[in-house]
Amino acid sequence: MTAQRKGALAFLAVAVALALARNILPAALMRPADWLVWPFADWLNAAFSFAQNDLGLMAVTRFAASGIEFLLDVTGNLFYGKNRWPHLGPLPWTTFAVTAGCVAYALAGWRLALFSAGTFVWIAVMGQWEWAMQTLSVILIAAPITFLIGLGLGILAWRAPLFERLLNPFLNIAQSLPQFAYMIPVVVFVGVGPKAGAITTIVFALPPMIRMTVLGLKKVPENVVESGLMSGATRWQMLTRVRLPTARNDILVGVNQVIMQCLAMVVLTSFIGMPGLGQKLLQLMQSLKIGLSFEIGVTIVLIAVTLDRISRAWAVLQPRHFERGTPWHRRHRVFVIWAGLMALALLLASLNPWFSQIARADAFSVAKPIDAAVDILIRLVDPVSQWLRWFLITWVLIPFRDGLLWLPFTTVLCLLMALGYAIGGARSALVCLGFFGLIAMTGWWDRAMITVYTVIVAVALAALMGFPLGIWGARSESRAKRVLLVCDTLQTFPSFIYLIPVIMLFGVNDVAVVGAVVLFAAVPLVRYTIEGVRGVSAELVEAASMAGADRRQLLWKVQLPMALPTIMVGVNQSVMFSLFMVIIAAFIGTQDLGQEMQRALSTTDVGKGLVLGLAVAFMGQMVDHLVTRWSEGRLQALGLETPKGT
Amino acid sequence: MSDAQPVISCRNVWKLYGPKPAAYFAGRTAAGSFEDIRRDGYIAAVRDVSLDIARGEMLVVMGLSGSGKSTLVRCMSRLIDITGGTVLVEGADIAKMDERALIDLRRRKMGMVFQSFGLLPHRTVLDNVAFPLEMRGQDRHTRRERALEVIELVGLKGREDYFPRELSGGQQQRVGIARSLAIEPDIWFLDEPFSALDPLIRREMQDEFLRLKQMLGKTSVFITHDFDEALRLADRIAIMKDGAIEQCDTPDQIVMHPATPYVAKFTEAIEKSRVIRARALARPGVAEGQALAADATLHELARQIASDARALIPVSEADGRMLGLLDRAAALDILFGASA
Repeated sequence: MTAQRKGALAFLAVAVALALARNILPAALMRPADWLVWPFADWLNAAFSFAQNDLGLMAVTRFAASGIEFLLDVTGNLFYGKNRWPHLGPLPWTTFAVTAGCVAYALAGWRLALFSAGTFVWIAVMGQWEWAMQTLSVILIAAPITFLIGLGLGILAWRAPLFERLLNPFLNIAQSLPQFAYMIPVVVFVGVGPKAGAITTIVFALPPMIRMTVLGLKKVPENVVESGLMSGATRWQMLTRVRLPTARNDILVGVNQVIMQCLAMVVLTSFIGMPGLGQKLLQLMQSLKIGLSFEIGVTIVLIAVTLDRISRAWAVLQPRHFERGTPWHRRHRVFVIWAGLMALALLLASLNPWFSQIARADAFSVAKPIDAAVDILIRLVDPVSQWLRWFLITWVLIPFRDGLLWLPFTTVLCLLMALGYAIGGARSALVCLGFFGLIAMTGWWDRAMITVYTVIVAVALAALMGFPLGIWGARSESRAKRVLLVCDTLQTFPSFIYLIPVIMLFGVNDVAVVGAVVLFAAVPLVRYTIEGVRGVSAELVEAASMAGADRRQLLWKVQLPMALPTIMVGVNQSVMFSLFMVIIAAFIGTQDLGQEMQRALSTTDVGKGLVLGLAVAFMGQMVDHLVTRWSEGRLQALGLETPKGT
Repeated sequence: MSDAQPVISCRNVWKLYGPKPAAYFAGRTAAGSFEDIRRDGYIAAVRDVSLDIARGEMLVVMGLSGSGKSTLVRCMSRLIDITGGTVLVEGADIAKMDERALIDLRRRKMGMVFQSFGLLPHRTVLDNVAFPLEMRGQDRHTRRERALEVIELVGLKGREDYFPRELSGGQQQRVGIARSLAIEPDIWFLDEPFSALDPLIRREMQDEFLRLKQMLGKTSVFITHDFDEALRLADRIAIMKDGAIEQCDTPDQIVMHPATPYVAKFTEAIEKSRVIRARALARPGVAEGQALAADATLHELARQIASDARALIPVSEADGRMLGLLDRAAALDILFGASA
């Protein structure tokens, strides 16, 4: 028996012993004693108030915010006629449709052009113009600022490895910190409203931009660098004319991620008073207006897909040359078309106001038929969903939750250490203890366990759905492509959207939360299962087939074992997504960390909010650590390359 | 600067990779073998190399992968800092140059061609070729004029506006060659320029290269792992193994007199009559009658040697000057592969 197994079994034995001896256990081993619970929140609050009042950070942040507010006012005026400089707006909706269509056409052809223009027609015709423009005007400001700051920090991190090492843990935590945790400090330092929404969005979308910049710069081929050096480029010339242009594609993938993160966050910042689609959706969902929320959901989805496809097309766009002597208007054909259509749109708008603004009263709505359809649907599936709700609540959710809460916290810690020991030896055991020990020390143990239980149940259910679906999807190349496209599209939706169908079906309760999390968490599982199984080398599959393996043997003995490391990446992401979703779903009523986070948000308690956010981040980080360690070991055993840079 | 002074002069050049190469190199007592050094945890990529490259000379560095040939050429251009020894370029120690001087040297004197081309993907052929000129700060118009000139030279006229990914491998390498020639360098480095190409294209590019070499007469360092390519192109070949030079000599001499068993392994499989030229076998002496061309290979002269019954056949330069006499029996031995 290896030392690793011995250690794991030892911790397991201690965990079982502690659980069995529960009734005679001293209170300090049941739940963290008072001396173990440290007032982290108070310390953080003290630090923040020191920075805010004594260091005068407040003045700096308000100053930066006023700059951003100015920019927001400009786009606000142009997009939806906010009464601010330059007093030109609102621009007619037709101009937006034309512009979006032409940009999409230039980057990806007429299909995306129709889709993009159609998105804006839908928004206008459905009477959601002002809300959608409130949302887009913030993205238009937040995304470029994020890009510039992220690019700068990325270059810095690439130039100074020490800075990168310092930055990395921050980025790791930042990427697993729930969105609400970002909002509270912003509310304190900036206040509420569009500018707070924009700043939260910028901070939240920054990490992927930094990561992609560093990755892109590191990936520039050595011979391109050498050819630049041999051409006599100075350091500045190397950066601006060799490295950055060569890293263009990776950097633009970063831009795509920034835009999508911005959209997801802008929708959520409705919680801190950011007007727009998110706020409308929140109000409608809280008053259970299913049809209307569905309409807004469609709008958000359309915007998400449009932005994603356009920015992705831009990222992969390759330069093309024109034959010598091509006239100007052919070289700039799309520009000419755009100018013509713009003139037409403005002309139409001046002739008939319908082409400029569509009032809410003139707008179409499909809410009533949707409401009726949903009613029928719900009546149809009601027996099933009722039974499912009853079954899940009484036989899965409550027993499991009570079980977790029944366990002494020392048992949970020992179990995690046993798991850590089994996967990565003493070091991983200590990492597990560190992360969950800190959670215990925050004093939010019971709430944290409720979050843990929701995530475990949700990921387990998602796995029950996701793995078979993934294996089914991986059967043939063309099917894999189609399913991956669906997954891709689903992943561009802001997390908020997933709440609409589950509220429709289950109403507002625990099951709805779990349902939303399951949907959200199943997508990466399907995706990585397909990618893992399809990624097994064709030669290996052929060799196994020639050895006489039938389909089942091929799957279980060859494809799944080889695909497991990739699938585990999916599990990792799935857990991360679940944590985010559980916290967001808090507003439809849970008793976990998310609910406390909402309270912290409404009382603008920075310390408490950050402590809760970090507790969630630590859970994610622990899972991430375990999965990464396990995958590394597995890949080594399989003799495969560790995928680098991801 | 006289013509007698070597353009590049390497003196006991060392390049070590490992945790602390400089300290290890300074503390080294005896010149250890590759294996000794590896046992200490270091890799000797270049091991005590001394070389002189004369003006206008074409030196081919030949070695298998991992022999240190690519590292050596990077030491000469200071893309890599050396651990020990000195590299003099036109008499100046490049290790002592500051960044400014080094950039200036590369901008004025050096051109380099890379194995995987190293083209900038976002620039057209024209802009890629003009890149070194742009770095020098030349204005747009002269840049364009000069770039078009070199593009025509390498036979890519009409493709100026293409992007690298729109070209075949051979065409991409032509762009790489054009770029390296744009600044009219004195020293031309070519790091396995044709290794990534298909055999037929490779042959075509070698012919193209010989044409350019004849025309431009630049001092060149050409890296290859292909012995045939080395024999075809070189004035002199340096054969490397484990970071050290096994033998450095003309193709004739290497084929006829391999210095080490390692070199002999390469020459064994070579048809020597296609490499050895009449010049190499000529000994002092004078005779009358039909003469052999000094620069023709024995293979090219086979018919003439076989039909000429004289034991000693005269050899003459292209201008008709008498060079010496060729031992017919020795030449026939080589032709029929009897001995080296």
